Amino acid sequence: MDKFLTFTIVGLSLAAIYAVIASGLVLTYTTTGIFTFAHGAAGMLAAFAYWQLRFDWGWPVPVCLVVILGMMAPLFGMLLEVVVMRGLRGTTDTVKLVVSISLLLFMIGLAQLIWAPGVSRPMSKFFASSPTIHLGPTTITWHQAITIGVAIVVGIALRFGLTRFRVGLAMRAAVDDPSLSALNGARPNRVSMVAWALGTVLAAIGGILIAPNVTLDAPSLSLLIVSAYAAAIFGRLRSLPLTLLGAIVVGLTDGYLTGYLPQNQYLIGLRIASPAVLLFLVLLVLPNPRLRGRMTRSREFFPMPSVRGALTFAGVVVLGGVVLMTTLSTPDQLTYGRIFPIGIVALSLVPLVGFGGQISLCQLSFAGIGGLVMAHLGHGGDPLALVWAVLIAAAVGALIALPALRLSGIYLALGTAAFATILDRWIFTLPKFAVFGWFTVDLFTQGSIGVDPLRAFGTKFDDPGSQIVIGAVAFALVSLFVIAIRRGRLGRRLIAMKDSEAACATLGMNLLGTKLLVFAISAGVAGLGGALYATQLTTIQAGNFDLVSSLQVFALAVVGGIGAVGGALFAGISLYAVLPLIGVLFPSIVQWVGLLPGATGIGLGRDPNGAVHPMREGFAPLAGSPSSLLVMALALAALYGLRLADAIDNWTFVIGLFVIPLIATAVATLSAATRQRVLAQLESSPDRTPLEWIGIDRPWTDADVERLDRELGTTSVLASELELHGTP
Amino acid sequence: MTQPVTMPPPTVNLLEFRNVHAAYDRIDVLFGIDLAVPSGSVVALLGPNGAGKTTTLRVAAGLHPVSSGDVLIAGRRVNGTAPEELARRGLCLIPEGRGIFPNLTVRENLRMMTYAGVSLSAVEEEAYRRFPRLKERRRQLAGTLSGGEQQMLAMARGLATRPALLLLDELSMGLAPIIVEELYEIVAQVAREGVSILVVEQFASTVLGVADLAAVLVHGKVAKVGTPAELADDLSKAYLGA
Ligand SMILES: Nc1ncnc2c1ncn2[C@@H]1O[C@H](COP(=O)(O)OP(=O)(O)OP(=O)(O)O)[C@@H](O)[C@H]1O
Ligand SMILES: [Mg+2]
Repeated sequence: MDKFLTFTIVGLSLAAIYAVIASGLVLTYTTTGIFTFAHGAAGMLAAFAYWQLRFDWGWPVPVCLVVILGMMAPLFGMLLEVVVMRGLRGTTDTVKLVVSISLLLFMIGLAQLIWAPGVSRPMSKFFASSPTIHLGPTTITWHQAITIGVAIVVGIALRFGLTRFRVGLAMRAAVDDPSLSALNGARPNRVSMVAWALGTVLAAIGGILIAPNVTLDAPSLSLLIVSAYAAAIFGRLRSLPLTLLGAIVVGLTDGYLTGYLPQNQYLIGLRIASPAVLLFLVLLVLPNPRLRGRMTRSREFFPMPSVRGALTFAGVVVLGGVVLMTTLSTPDQLTYGRIFPIGIVALSLVPLVGFGGQISLCQLSFAGIGGLVMAHLGHGGDPLALVWAVLIAAAVGALIALPALRLSGIYLALGTAAFATILDRWIFTLPKFAVFGWFTVDLFTQGSIGVDPLRAFGTKFDDPGSQIVIGAVAFALVSLFVIAIRRGRLGRRLIAMKDSEAACATLGMNLLGTKLLVFAISAGVAGLGGALYATQLTTIQAGNFDLVSSLQVFALAVVGGIGAVGGALFAGISLYAVLPLIGVLFPSIVQWVGLLPGATGIGLGRDPNGAVHPMREGFAPLAGSPSSLLVMALALAALYGLRLADAIDNWTFVIGLFVIPLIATAVATLSAATRQRVLAQLESSPDRTPLEWIGIDRPWTDADVERLDRELGTTSVLASELELHGTP
Repeated sequence: MTQPVTMPPPTVNLLEFRNVHAAYDRIDVLFGIDLAVPSGSVVALLGPNGAGKTTTLRVAAGLHPVSSGDVLIAGRRVNGTAPEELARRGLCLIPEGRGIFPNLTVRENLRMMTYAGVSLSAVEEEAYRRFPRLKERRRQLAGTLSGGEQQMLAMARGLATRPALLLLDELSMGLAPIIVEELYEIVAQVAREGVSILVVEQFASTVLGVADLAAVLVHGKVAKVGTPAELADDLSKAYLGA
């Protein structure tokens, strides 16, 4: 009984923290419509700040609390609102998701920049030295009592504030109808600023309370939020009382698992993963979100890739791989070689997210499965293991898709994030176990596991250079596969599904089958990427495939343009070429590099068409100018020859690689412009309104009638006569 | 229909549109609206579905940007002014459908109206005086009110916040004729107190009874302006698109 009470109190004090954090999440989500993944990260920053003030600088507790909760947190929340969130109004769910994920990455980077990771930063609990309070047969520490007390106060204050204060009413009103709220005279910017300030303060309270219970580590503290997400989902992201209930369920589960879970190495991870498991379960039993038509009209537009363009792209990728192999030193090959396998993981998002509009934040988990298959079945570099990697990852993907099928939007994002967390924290840490007594599996052997290099056609691909080429070839082939999907029947169904699930359902399309298929395909592709990644890494561990890496790949692929294969390459290049290069070029800012993926997502995540699209548009004139193309190819080949002969160094080579296409494009653009001008002069009429638009865009004139006659080869009456409706 | 009309001297236009164009994305819907609401008068804006009536009101209230042209309130150009600022300066738009917050109680809805600068007690007094039924239901969620009661609550904002300019969009939508007449009775009262009103309706009969002037909007342009009597004859033609 004592033990039960003790762990009830442990659970309740956790519940209190989750309740505080989750209510902040619900508050910002309902008032501003933005579900932020960075909420936990705000709590994490507050915890670090508290450590800094209280334990490093030794400020008194009340001062620290006032400074952090009364000044820094609200200011940070308002800043967030003004700089980031305000710009997200009216954007699609995916954009909001990407920006908030990027924000999470940015804040983790920021914390690691200020507080170097790997240093122990102990924090003591509140009133740690005071004796515990006796409560009947059990005891409760001051910290626990304070935590529970704070949650109660926060709950009452929120209830009071949201009903008694006008700004609280305005927050609830904004949930119903933001524009009506403005018509009433409530200033929407101010209301959402208050919401973000308040939400951040709540996250900060939670962060400060939870930090003494865990190690102060930026990524894991930020992702503790998963527990709060589970609580918020209990409340369906709307109801604060249900959120509180959810927090109690999650907290008690955690508490009781701590107390009663058999001390067994298989189950230890389960406790750590339990909030994610609960989150997954809650998402599944939650009343089904109804099929909806499109709410926001999106500005996304991904043109259909042409066969010629696809082949060109694939060819350039393979050539790029060869160039990397022949020009880079071995250590550089190790670094830049990751472009392609991670690019393939990003490619796996293209059919799923780009075409089908389904969100997945667990692609690296599938990659991890692929990597494991490669490690276990690929002894001696058997290429057949690649096939197994694809198949097994696809099977797991389908298995996950099955329960996830009924989810969409942020719910699906959360569900897949929960799955990634479960793998990360539990499954991947499992010791050797038997599958139905058939065979035993020892996933990561509780640490790391070696992977043999591929062997095919009698050659062993064990040097980084040849692995780059393999990666490039695989990337090119998968790109062609993805483009084939886009051009085929499945692609059409996926795009239709993205545009309107409701419409597809009424057309009798098999939505479930389509979703299942695309999830399986996507997981399979990610598995292939993971397998190749594993052969490059030579030893893999669970940490290579964690949620944060999945988030990075997701965010950068969307930034690059999730509807096209170029976006995936962008993600790979950004993570494994641009970031290391910046580190090399500007050693003085090398520690800032960690901020870049996040910053890129925050800055560029707004354009749903991605960064690659305008680049391709820019290069478009090149395609119409065979002569420039030929000259460019020759110049590049010559440059490459010079590099191979060691006549120039890599820097000159890289600069040339950028400059030559730019010059060629400039020339092509200029000549195209000249041609256009000549064409325009040939046409007598300066007005280029297309014929069919005359009369709609502007009224008919006599000149138009003449033009029409010219183009049709007819003779007719003047417009002024036409308007008389036949009267002479 | 032909009650004597006492027109204030049309020296000041409280609301004026000058060659206003507006578009959704790139599709133009208003093609140069010219319309004035003289101070203290009731102007009815009529027209078929999709003519752009709602858009015209949204433009006036600052909810929708103009692509060109000017909107003037009391002689001052207000293009680009945020809706909440206009609301605080005495403009009140009761939007199409139900202009209420369904998840707030009646009383909380009234509280939201105090942003326009009138105290809660004054808002409550005025609202309950005009619509005693709202008082009985003040603790009820507004979303659970009947359609007529919801429209009363929405109208209450137009009355209780004492606006100088009231814009009403299809008060009658989905309501029984008897309730519509009640509501227009109130509009007439408000008008007598000197508030300038621009009221949009599709069906002319009731509104023409209270209007001093009427304008017909067809395909995003004002096709005709005149007294209700003048317009009554032309209306049928306008609706048929002649
Ligand atoms: N959000 C929108 N996006 C695109 N087009 C719109 C939007 N809202 C209205 N429109 C178009 O603008 C035109 C004018 O619409 P508006 O709502 O102003 O008409 P209305 O005169 O109020 O019609 P009704 O009498 O049916 O209310 C219509 O053709 C409509 O299709
Ligand atoms: Mg309308």
